[in-house]
Parts: sequence; structure tokens; C-alpha cells
Amino acid sequence: MAGDAPAALIEELEARARTIRQDIVRMLFAAGSGHPGGSLSVTDLVTALVFHDLRLDPTRPEWPERDRLILSKGHAAPALYAALAERGYFPRGELLSLRQLGSRLQGHVDRNKLPFVEASTGCLGQGIGIAVGMALDGRLRGATSRVVAVLGDGECQEGSTWEALMAAGHYRLRNLTVILDRNGIETDGPTESIMGIEPIAEKFRAFRLNTLEIDGHDFRAILGALRAAREFPDGPTAVVARTVKGKGVSFMEGQHSFHGKAPSRAETERALRELGTSLEAPFP
Amino acid sequence: MTAAKKPESLRDAYGKALVELGEKDPDLVVLDADLSGSTRTMLFGQKFPDRFFNVGVMEDTMMTIASGLALSGRVAFASTFAVFAAGQAYNYVRQSICYNRANVKIVATHGGLLVGPDGGTHQMIEDIGLMRGLPGMTVVVPADAPTTRAVTFAVHERAGPAYVRLTRENLPTVTDGAFTLGRASELHAGSDLTIVAVGALLARGLEVAEELAGVGVSVRVLDFASVKPFDAPALLRAARDTGAILVLEEHSPLTGVGALVASTTSENYPVPVRRIGVPDVFGESGEAWALLDAYGMSKARILEEAWELLKLRGKVQ
Repeated sequence: MAGDAPAALIEELEARARTIRQDIVRMLFAAGSGHPGGSLSVTDLVTALVFHDLRLDPTRPEWPERDRLILSKGHAAPALYAALAERGYFPRGELLSLRQLGSRLQGHVDRNKLPFVEASTGCLGQGIGIAVGMALDGRLRGATSRVVAVLGDGECQEGSTWEALMAAGHYRLRNLTVILDRNGIETDGPTESIMGIEPIAEKFRAFRLNTLEIDGHDFRAILGALRAAREFPDGPTAVVARTVKGKGVSFMEGQHSFHGKAPSRAETERALRELGTSLEAPFP
Repeated sequence: MTAAKKPESLRDAYGKALVELGEKDPDLVVLDADLSGSTRTMLFGQKFPDRFFNVGVMEDTMMTIASGLALSGRVAFASTFAVFAAGQAYNYVRQSICYNRANVKIVATHGGLLVGPDGGTHQMIEDIGLMRGLPGMTVVVPADAPTTRAVTFAVHERAGPAYVRLTRENLPTVTDGAFTLGRASELHAGSDLTIVAVGALLARGLEVAEELAGVGVSVRVLDFASVKPFDAPALLRAARDTGAILVLEEHSPLTGVGALVASTTSENYPVPVRRIGVPDVFGESGEAWALLDAYGMSKARILEEAWELLKLRGKVQ
């Protein structure tokens, strides 16, 4: 798969992802609550989508032919906010308003507060169905745009996730890509010790999705899978992206304790140091 | 507007209205969850197969798919039985439709005890309460086929989420089919007592009003099909003019129109209110209309409660 993305593009995406991770840590520290683990695990996937794969135009957010990104795991909101701000949809300075009263940046993504969000999500197992509805609309209209839904792995324990995947396969929605952020950890611990979802790729295949498995932190692999999904002619594609919860911050990596907890000041300073910046560095 | 005409199917009226709307609005899509024969969305599906999605027995995801279609600029009607639409799929309706402000119209058939022999599992008596508690949700409970047709058009016209509750049984036509969201309509004039009714019990309320007219008691009957938005001014006028209110609904008065009428009057113009509905218990199998009688919604019971209120107000001995 792929491997032919130019080195300059990969470097650019890596740099963007690094900035987005810095912003995520800053935002969560400022908010005092939120979900670092799943935001950091999905960062490279969201970066690849927002900065390369998706057909988007920040100057025309309502453009009918734009691609749609549905963050079904709505708790990873900080990753999407940071990426949208970095892409120019709104000022980066606004990121620090996350979760504050009156902010557009709700704890879980909200399309009515922040219009660049395609669908409000948060309660799990719902965004994927919305994505199926959007893909059906696209097909009815004969649109060339694509719908991409990003799922969490804990979310795969939700029955309605499978209803929506069953519908995606049944309707052979070739304009739909489902990406699973397979970080292996949910709120209370490892998915496989709480309620195992494996063999997940086989489950997706059984639901009639063209299924690819990649390293979700390898941009060459991510771009290759996203392109393969666009080119697959017979139905929806699922990308199982193996990721690391808390990726990029050593003491958060693989730790379920950072699923839904903001870092302390000391932890924030350490995290930002690891990501190549500091709390004192000018922001934005 | 007095004598009730022959009972007609609300579901047929809905299905036919969908077909008419489908002709006019190319953006209209309809979804169903394997009950399209019962809900009559099949009529639309036969005419417009490309715009009809029978998703099978997945009510939760019918709501999220409907949301996705609506967020893409379409008007989506989604139908199944009330127990599935409002009960099973509640949080999907809440987040994907109401929280998103998606232009989805949920038309639920088989509300209330009149589901009959299928029994208590399928007799939905909490849906009005669940749906009217959702911010941004329009809630309508038509009492006959002409109103059902008008309501289908009205919710199509008004942007935003809506819940329409239909009855499985055919119901006598008691209105002229005129309907405006947010407006109650007076079907019987009166000054001694007001009957507020929705759905299947409206016809019984009218029968009681006519019977009481025979003994010189004048009863106002208001059709509150538009539960949300609610015509509070019409209710408060009735409270002032008649001094007592009897509420009829085939639903739990704990959370339904009874609760709404009691809270609206007590906050603004307190008068005695009595509420007839399904008591705080689940239903059971039985012949549909016999169930209404068995669960305290007989015409005799309505007369009795009306009489109690009239006595309380000193209007009768």
C-alpha cells in the first residue's frame, strides 16, 4: 500500500501533527478536564484527513461538494478543534476556550456551536449512522464528495455501531470510509479485558466492508489506506488503524488513567517539553 | 362539528400525505424499520423507491441515518411504532436529531393502549412525555384522519425535529381537518367546564359534551393536537371562562398532556383539573377498545369525572 507519498508531504504532516498535539495538551490543561488519550491517539489520522485527504476549503465551509468528516468518537473533540484551527477555520487562540461557558468549543463536538463540525456527537454509536445517512444522500445526489467517519474502539462495543456498519455494507456505500482508532484502551482499561472486540478486522469484513489494517501513526500508511478507500469500487472501506493511546506523551501512552483526565500543571509542563515546546512559549 | 363520522385510518392518511408530499418535494426521503406495511410508508416506497429506505429492525440507526440525510439538506420522515421510535431510540432521537437540530419528522404509529392484543410491551404510554421533554422537538397528536393529513403537511413545512403520534385503530372523524401548529381548536362551545383532549379520546370527549348538553350543562371541548408548541392562551382562556378542566389522553398523565395542563394552569390561573389517562401501570393484551374501558378511559368514567368537577364548581347538585 502506498509508500509513494513525497517525503516533503510526510514531513509537513508530521510537523502539523506535532503542533496539534501541543495544542491538545494546552487546551486540556486550560480546560481542566477532557480526554487526552483518545485525542492524541487519533491526531495523526485527523491530521492526514484535514491536511491532505479530505477535499475541504476553509474559505467556503458550506461548499456542497466538500468531503464530510464525522468524528463519531466525539470526545476526541480537542484533536478536531486543533486541526480545524491549524487549517484556518478559526483562530488558534480560541482553542483555549475549550469547555468554558459560552465557548464554541464544547466538550464534545457541536455543529450548532461550531459550524465547521459536520455533526454533533458524543454519545457513542451515533456518528457512524449519521455518516451512513450522509453517504446515502451523496449517492442520491450523484455527488463526488466522500464521507469519512472516525470511530473509537470502545465505541465498537455499542450495538448501534454494528447496525450502522451493517447498513453501510448493505447499501454498498463506496463513498464512505470508516476509520477505527484502535488504541486498545477505553475508560476503565484495555478493551480486550473489559469487552473484547477482536477479531475486529474480520468483523468488519463480515459486515461487507473492504477492510485494511495499518499503523495509525505512519503517515505513508495512512495516506495509502485513505487513497485505497477512495479507489475501492464495490462498497465502503474500513481502515483499522492500530494506534497508541496518549501517543506522543510518554507518561500518557497506553494509560487508561488519561482517557478522561486533564494533565496537572507539572504533567502539562512535562508533556509540552516532550512535544518540543513549553507553557511559557507564546501562544498562539 | 358534532356527530362523529365513520372511523377512518390515520395511518392511511399519513401514507397518502407522504405520497403527495413526495410529488412536490424531491428532497423528501422516508425511512422505516421493517414495519412499512403497518405504518403505511410503503405507499411512498412503492412510488419513490430511490428515496425510501427500509433499514430493517434497527430503530436506533434509522434515527441516525435520518439525521445524516437531513443534515445533508433533505427532509427525512422516519416511521415505526411509538414504543420503538420514542422508547427504544430515545437517546438517538435526543442527540442525532434534536441536539443536532436535524430536519427529521418522526411519525410513530401504534401509540397507546389501542395497540390491543400485542399487549403491554408494545403499548406505548410514555412517548408524549419523553418527546415533549426534548428541547426543540415539536409534538403533535392528531385525533382523526383529516388532522393527520394536515399535520403531515404542517411538520413537513416547519423546519426542525418533530414527533407525531398516531393511533393504530381507525378513529371517527371529528374535525374539519384544519390544523395550525401551536393552536388548539374548539370543537364544541361551552362555559361550564372544559374538556382538553388529544388523540383517540377526543371523540369520547365530544360525546360526553353532547350528552351533558342534553341536561343543560355546557362543555367546551378543545383539541390540543399541537402538544408542543402548546396553545397556553387557549387553555388559560378556558380556565377563566369555565373554571374547571378535564384532560383526556391515551397516555400516562404523569408526563403527558395532563401534566402539561396542570402545570400551565397552576402557574398562571389555578382551577380544578382532573386527568384521565392510562394510570401509572403497563397495559396488557385485549381487544383495543375494551382496554380503554378497563383502564379507566370509558365514556362512563369521563362523565363521572366531568360531573365531579361540575359539582366542585357548584354548577350542578
